[in-house]
Amino acid sequence: MNRRYIRAFLIAAAVVVAFVVLHYGCQESKDLTAGDEAGRVYVAPGTYDEFYLFTSGGFSGQIGVYGLPSGRMFRVIPIFSQDPEKAWGYSEESKPMFMTSHGFIPWDDAHHPKLSQTDGVADGRWIFINANNTPRVARVDLASFKTAEIIEIPNSGGNHGSPFLTENTEYVVASTRFSVPIPNEDVPISSYKENFKGTISFISVDKEGAMDVAFQILVPGFNYDLAHSGKGPSHGWAFFTSYNTEQANTLLEVNASQNDKDFIAAVNWKKAEEYVAQGKVKTFNASYFRNYFDEKKHMGFSEQKNTVKVLLPEDCPGLIYYLPTPKSPHGVDVDPTGEYIAAGGKLASVIVVHSFSKMLKAIENKEFETTIDGIPVLKYESVIGGEVQNPGLGPLHTEFDGNGYGYTSSFISSEIVKWKIGTWEVVDRIPAYYSIGHLCVPGGDTRKPWGKYVIALNKITKDRYLPTGPELTQSAQLIDITGDKMKLLLDFPTIGEPHYAQAIPADILMKNSKKIYPIEENQHPYGIKAEKDAKVVREGNVVHVYMSTIRTHFAPDNIEGIKVGDVVYFHVTNLEQDWDIPHGFAVKGMQNSELLIMPGSTETIVWTPQKEGIYPFYCTDFCSALHQEMSGYIRVSLRGSNVAIMYGTGK
Amino acid sequence: MKTRSKIIIIVASLLLILTFFFPIWYIDLEAPQYPEGIGLEIWLSKITGQNPNDLDNINGLNHYIGMKRIEPNAIPELTIMPFVIIFMIVFGLVSGILGKRSLVYIWIVLFVVMAAVGLYDFYLWGYDYGHDLDPNAAIKVPGMAYQPPLIGSKMLLNFNAISMPHIGSWILVLTVVLAAVALYLDKKNKTFEVSNA
Repeated sequence: MNRRYIRAFLIAAAVVVAFVVLHYGCQESKDLTAGDEAGRVYVAPGTYDEFYLFTSGGFSGQIGVYGLPSGRMFRVIPIFSQDPEKAWGYSEESKPMFMTSHGFIPWDDAHHPKLSQTDGVADGRWIFINANNTPRVARVDLASFKTAEIIEIPNSGGNHGSPFLTENTEYVVASTRFSVPIPNEDVPISSYKENFKGTISFISVDKEGAMDVAFQILVPGFNYDLAHSGKGPSHGWAFFTSYNTEQANTLLEVNASQNDKDFIAAVNWKKAEEYVAQGKVKTFNASYFRNYFDEKKHMGFSEQKNTVKVLLPEDCPGLIYYLPTPKSPHGVDVDPTGEYIAAGGKLASVIVVHSFSKMLKAIENKEFETTIDGIPVLKYESVIGGEVQNPGLGPLHTEFDGNGYGYTSSFISSEIVKWKIGTWEVVDRIPAYYSIGHLCVPGGDTRKPWGKYVIALNKITKDRYLPTGPELTQSAQLIDITGDKMKLLLDFPTIGEPHYAQAIPADILMKNSKKIYPIEENQHPYGIKAEKDAKVVREGNVVHVYMSTIRTHFAPDNIEGIKVGDVVYFHVTNLEQDWDIPHGFAVKGMQNSELLIMPGSTETIVWTPQKEGIYPFYCTDFCSALHQEMSGYIRVSLRGSNVAIMYGTGK
Repeated sequence: MKTRSKIIIIVASLLLILTFFFPIWYIDLEAPQYPEGIGLEIWLSKITGQNPNDLDNINGLNHYIGMKRIEPNAIPELTIMPFVIIFMIVFGLVSGILGKRSLVYIWIVLFVVMAAVGLYDFYLWGYDYGHDLDPNAAIKVPGMAYQPPLIGSKMLLNFNAISMPHIGSWILVLTVVLAAVALYLDKKNKTFEVSNA
């Protein structure tokens, strides 16, 4: 009797234990699996990401700044776009940065950020980015994360194959996506083949970063797409993909997709320098602007240029060659050794990898297929290093990990394909979500990649995140490439639209990141160094308000004697010398924007009051417990009024 | 005095020159919103922030609760102290050169008096600084005073205020110790001589 009960109890206990172990054990197992990836991207509160990632904002005209591996967004840098948060393009100091031969252009389609390099490695001084629409290149300082310079490119119909840098930042290159008559003129569009041309531009960069269009090469009217400069043995050369070698001017999706091969243009820029030095240039008249920001004066300046030096391939043997490349090639990516040039053809079924050394030999042996406008076309079989078979559909862009592998984004099949340099075999592939455009290995386009991650930059987002109406931010994935197999670690949204990205170890930039501008170094002509220097000065119908701001008041904060129709310049100096304490400044009904003034800096905004009355102004950036009290009044009187200029604080 | 002791006195005197180049005291303010730290260094002739701009930023912070601005130019001690130290250097050198024990004793006593007066003066300043609050201050906490500790740490609202001697003070201490050592060594020698006699 007792033994029977004991046996029953033991059986029941065993069943319960088995259930518990199987049920909760499995769950634990799942949790552990999930925790592995989560742990890899977890950056504990108060600690820092390993890398900065810079992505282009595309038609937003900006650069997004993120951390890796967390995928957190830290900042949006306005470059070609006005931004009322920072008064970029609204303050009088920043307006000159937007000047072009077409007038003030307050937006652009910003495609490719590129970090400055020393000896073929990212050095963290600057990041450059191209404007695709109104052809320009901008340089952003990576100590202040602020745009330092923007140069317009003359004789350009659209600046897509840009701003790729040479190994020591000697040049930033640019190439024309759209062809136009050069110089531009009124001709029938159907005369494309006769009249439309392109240019490849070499923009010199001096030690302080100042840019100048050193020379251009006049090239056939193809659509030039992307570029990269050579490294090591191929230093001195730059490479540019092209499509529309059919020279179509309408329905390009059909008419520009007929030829089996388009070209990579290979430019020997060392030889170009020789030709320029020999005076073999044609001087073209061209109006274009260079705009730069003086960090001591806290002001932008604009200078107009009127001529540009142009080299003609017919007159300059050895300057430029075409490498036949299947089909509508997009990326042209040079491996870390500088020997291999990988081309992703949007409509190709293979990734073609040209060999630089074979190219030199083919040139030496004059193994030409034909000549186009004085440019020799090398034989495909003479320059090819290898072909990667089955690379997915629509291969676009390749980056390298420094361990002998290339990673190529394939748009149509929505995947990243990993392949071996030299054997050209595909060794791994991983889906991207969805329709990957470009990708980024930190330093993956330099001599020394940091081959830990690859970031997929996707064009389509669909169901990756919570929906936000018809429009969604773009989607990025962080993928681990330290093992044989790629491993997806994280999804993160990115502001529209990333066309390219660059990443760099955080410690290279962190140590130089600016905290404040020393007030004693402020050379702004309307800046003041102390509250006692605040004043209001009338010059005809123009009024200059020399204002200071510090927690938690403006000086002056009561202003009288302004008349309807006066042009009032508020020059606001932030006297704070504490990190991350900007002050804002906004007037009710201001027609342009507010100001956001960094510690030690001076910014100016113009206001033209339209009606008499009392106008409040206030600080827009929360800065202290008394932020709401940080405000003042401007009295505006009728034009003929005899109210005198009067101002003060605390009286 | 024996030559060895004379030399020690002279070296101790010259050591005092270093007090012109190092802070005497520091006051640290620790708070969550200042992860990089914020604090003051008090020197013979000036008060500075530990980081550039800390003094201005502390003045900015403290005006919310009505504390007076620290204006180094308006503090007479910062004008007086350099001369006191110069006097002590000269006094020490003269004592060392002449080798008179009585002068060294006086030197040591002057140091102790100077230190006591200095600390008391510092206490009075701290008391006034922490209690004499602007009645128009934006933030008033009834019954609260903001006197930093003379030595040690103390919570003042959300700041942990830490007040400690800095290198300059330790140099002063070292000087006194060396003077005492010199006297001791000289006395020891005297005893030996007496024994011989």
